[in-house]
Amino acid sequence: MSLDGVFDEPAFVPYLVAGDPDRESSKAYVEALAEGGADVIELGLPFSEPIAEGPTIQSAIVRALQAGMTPDRYFTFVEELDIDVPVVCMTYYNLLYQYGDSDGPRSFVERAAEAGIAGFVVPDLPAEEAGPLREACDEFGLDLIFIVAPTTTDDRLATMREVTSGYVYVQARLGVTGARDDVSDQTGATLARVADWPVPKAVGFGIKTREHARDIVAGGADGIIVGSALVDIVARGASEDRSIDTVAQEVREKAAALKAGAIDGGRDRVDSTTD
Amino acid sequence: MTDSHDGKFGRYGGQYVPEALMPAIEELREAYERYVLDGADDFPTELRDRLADFGGRPTPLQYAEALSDRYDTNVYLKREDLLHGGAHKLNNALGQVLLAKYMGKDRIIAETGAGQHGTATAMAAAHLGMPCEVYMGETDMERQRPNVQRMRLNGATVTPVTTGRGTLKEAISETMRDWASNVEDTHYVIGSIVGPDPFPEMVRDFQSIIGEEAREQIREKTGGLPDSVVACAGGGSNTMGAFHEFRDDCAEPRSADDSSGQRPRDHVDLIAVEAGGSSLEVDEERGVAPNSATLSTGDEGVLHGARTKLLQDADGQILESHSVSAGLDYSGVGPELAHLVDTGRVQAANVDDDDALEAFHRVSRLEGIIPALETAHAFAYLEAHPDALGETTIVNVSGRGDKDLETVIEQTRDRDLDAAAALDDPTEGAEGER
Repeated sequence: MSLDGVFDEPAFVPYLVAGDPDRESSKAYVEALAEGGADVIELGLPFSEPIAEGPTIQSAIVRALQAGMTPDRYFTFVEELDIDVPVVCMTYYNLLYQYGDSDGPRSFVERAAEAGIAGFVVPDLPAEEAGPLREACDEFGLDLIFIVAPTTTDDRLATMREVTSGYVYVQARLGVTGARDDVSDQTGATLARVADWPVPKAVGFGIKTREHARDIVAGGADGIIVGSALVDIVARGASEDRSIDTVAQEVREKAAALKAGAIDGGRDRVDSTTD
Repeated sequence: MTDSHDGKFGRYGGQYVPEALMPAIEELREAYERYVLDGADDFPTELRDRLADFGGRPTPLQYAEALSDRYDTNVYLKREDLLHGGAHKLNNALGQVLLAKYMGKDRIIAETGAGQHGTATAMAAAHLGMPCEVYMGETDMERQRPNVQRMRLNGATVTPVTTGRGTLKEAISETMRDWASNVEDTHYVIGSIVGPDPFPEMVRDFQSIIGEEAREQIREKTGGLPDSVVACAGGGSNTMGAFHEFRDDCAEPRSADDSSGQRPRDHVDLIAVEAGGSSLEVDEERGVAPNSATLSTGDEGVLHGARTKLLQDADGQILESHSVSAGLDYSGVGPELAHLVDTGRVQAANVDDDDALEAFHRVSRLEGIIPALETAHAFAYLEAHPDALGETTIVNVSGRGDKDLETVIEQTRDRDLDAAAALDDPTEGAEGER
């Protein structure tokens, strides 16, 4: 499933780790995201050394690995999901690189395409090293999404613009992933720097509430990416041994609130431009 | 500089880091080129002066009489254990902290396995008046308590890392996260020739003073070059430090079928000795390699910012490594060392935990030098391969073993090694017999 048309209205892009805390629950939670209004789902494929993640997502990755998630099981997991929403695979380069024979990331991309995956976010793969993966994505018709940080230099922006497709992931603040209580003022400045890129702009890192979602979209984003605030719900479910249905319901409600926030933000933006 | 103009060593190296860190490593490369390579603002002079006066360089190249007798060859010891702090780590730590100061950074972070790099960084930071935070795996904090205390005495904050098995691999990941959050005012002092470009090249340059001195000293003492240089290899910083200045001494490896027995003139064998741990076999089910022999058994992959050889499973998940020596206990290795092994310039060897422990005792008894457990691996190689050393060999004594006493005594007894007998007070036994 492709990403075409996904950002026609303000999009809600949630993230969960596949297989967290186990395969069965995780499937229910990912489907709950779709029912709650997800427009694209960034689905983490766990890697043992997730250097870009904060403690919340890192713990989710540990749970999923302990429950036996592997790249092959990940692809089957995606194939078995009962959803009508494109899935973007978020993982680290070593897993793509090691898959199949030693032909770089091509085998991985081929298998991902077969599983219906729409694209990739690979946080430890800079645009400069992305040639082989970009080539394989082009061959199989997948998107490759890059993350722009508040510290990204103008030179690097130009390089990234050349290789990004699908959407651009705008990192709202410095640091690693994790829910925060405020929205960083770095966001607007970074959004302005990619305003003329020919792809939608989705903002992530630290978005937790409906209000954050509204503010970010009203500030010019085409979508919001939310990970840790959702992973927190899964983590609490795992630690308190709550039923899958209860946790799924909470995930669904949280997703619906964040999607509503994005829509509110879109309306605020339209209102402000028509004033 | 060789092989590394683009941050690559053959197929290894590169910059595989989150976007937020890219500007920091670009800034670092500029500063490295400006101050270290081009010598702006007299950086090299200040570093040399501080290494001499604060660090105690040059360290001696000592003729080891007992080991020379034992192996019927001439064994020389490059005494990095006599450097301030008790290990080669200060060369790099002082270099990087000074560079951070030149760059206008106002906070230092580091990670440490055995504690030697953390200690050296804490000392350098105190010496240069910079606040310092050191991440250390919980397991390592437990087995290297004296170094934790030393870091704290030097004013550093030691932050335990509880993820994974609580060793160096996890501590590096945690320090990278801190760096990504505080990149504008913080410099990350990576402790080995690992990580994204320019770290592998820069750390090697800071450590290459070991080989530079050793080369000059051996010429003074013998009139020529050694036949071999032996160093232990975890990440590989003391290894490359000892090897770099000998890299062009016969860049072509000796042919394996050379039956003449003659060594080519000026050929220096470079031997990197890894931790074979308890076994070279991997337990994929448990995700554990009971060794840290990355050069000998690892596969190519991407970890902690570089493409290099790694201990990993078939899916690309990084395996937990093992060594009785915390300082060698790492699942990766420096990209330059991986390249030099691939191209035949460096030979990779490994020795197991038991042999390293026996070597620790042997060298302590024979030479009056208590070597770091890391270094004991290099000494164990001499015992196992005395015929490979040639007429003259240099062993890089990467550090001193005080930090390892607790581990060594416990492990020697638990494993019931021959050396265990020497740990008991002989007079006690004699008393009992009367």
